[in-house]
Amino acid sequence: MDERERLKSFEHTVLPHLDAAYNLARWLAGNDHDAQDVTQEACLRAVRFFGSFRGDNARAWLLAIVRNTFYTWLRKNRSPGTIVEIDDEALAIEDVSMNARTLNSGLADTETVRHAIEALPVEFREIVILREMEGLSYKEIADLAGVPIGTVMSRLARARKQLQQRLAGEIKSGGQP
Amino acid sequence: MNCQQIQPLIQPYADGELDAVRVLEVEQHIHDCPACAQEWRNLQSLKKAMQHDSLFFSAPEGLRRALKVELHSGVEAQPSRTFWTWNWLTAATTGAAAMCLALLLTITLTRPTARQQLTQEIVSSHIRSLMANHELDVVSTDQHTVKPWFDGKLDFSPPVADLVAQGFPLTGGRLDYVGNRAVAALLFQRHKHVINLFIWPAQASDSKPAVFGSRQGYHLIHWSNAGMTFWAVSDVNEKELMEFSQDFVAATTDTPASR
Repeated sequence: MDERERLKSFEHTVLPHLDAAYNLARWLAGNDHDAQDVTQEACLRAVRFFGSFRGDNARAWLLAIVRNTFYTWLRKNRSPGTIVEIDDEALAIEDVSMNARTLNSGLADTETVRHAIEALPVEFREIVILREMEGLSYKEIADLAGVPIGTVMSRLARARKQLQQRLAGEIKSGGQP
Repeated sequence: MNCQQIQPLIQPYADGELDAVRVLEVEQHIHDCPACAQEWRNLQSLKKAMQHDSLFFSAPEGLRRALKVELHSGVEAQPSRTFWTWNWLTAATTGAAAMCLALLLTITLTRPTARQQLTQEIVSSHIRSLMANHELDVVSTDQHTVKPWFDGKLDFSPPVADLVAQGFPLTGGRLDYVGNRAVAALLFQRHKHVINLFIWPAQASDSKPAVFGSRQGYHLIHWSNAGMTFWAVSDVNEKELMEFSQDFVAATTDTPASR
């Protein structure tokens, strides 16, 4: 395929997912400026790797590149202390049930929800974003993040528990005297 | 099954990741167990809160423009920006794989079935509608504006329904050309995702919405009703697209098309 045709095909296949790419980058990086850098670098990587794209799910493929670009960027730009390795084995045995408290997240305004998501560790945040906002399946997330499906499930459960705790706290402190 | 066995299944259930047998088991348990039902409701409200439109970030227009410029300048200039360290083996393997793929594609693509060709056209049309940024000929969230708009432009009157109450607001309609004929395309929104619903008359007998697989990351659902054939296509997940399809069928069967 000649370079121009390849680019045209790329623009048709991958660029419609630019909003999804930016949304993920924005949630991971935490601000617009860094998110734009990450998204742009990811798209340039994507066009270089477009030849190896096997053509079944351009969105998940692009999101995987955004994610990898973000972690490369994070290692280069932030102190090593900001990346905390998560011990998934410890997560698996922890109780993640949520039935202890009654919570109506409908009461939480979107700002509160936004802060609660932002406060999650990045390994949890990415899975929550990919699942709830991008609608990816457990399998797609596992492939994308390079972890077993069981890990996706335990991280998702843990992330949701943290969100619910945070939202319950917010509602209590904000809503009642 | 008891609570301990059901507990780990509640999240996969809410995420649409369980098989039909397990779904029934969880539903039965939730029906009988107030504690697990409460947990499920908590999860539902959390999911709903997280899918609020204002939590999605759209790519800024400046980024889109900068990217186009950058991509095209890369073609005119030399394409290698040495960010990656490729060795010759990687290059050779990729090259060989690409050639195999190209050969396979040529073989497959030269003999598409009519159905494959149709679904490809539908997906292409959906993608075009996303790229143009002005995918609508008639912009309206009112079904009583959208429906008459098609009169005189098509030789049939497509059923139109707004599904805002079900979380799929109608955003408008346009004319499209699929399978060698003019068809109606209705556009709906699900959060930041666009759903295209293509409608045209067909002799097929009525059928319920059925998943027709996915192409290029877009899901397809097909059904027939009252002499019309329907194709819903979107990148929302399959479960939600199925909900949309069923909601549309329900809304248009309750509201006669003549209204």
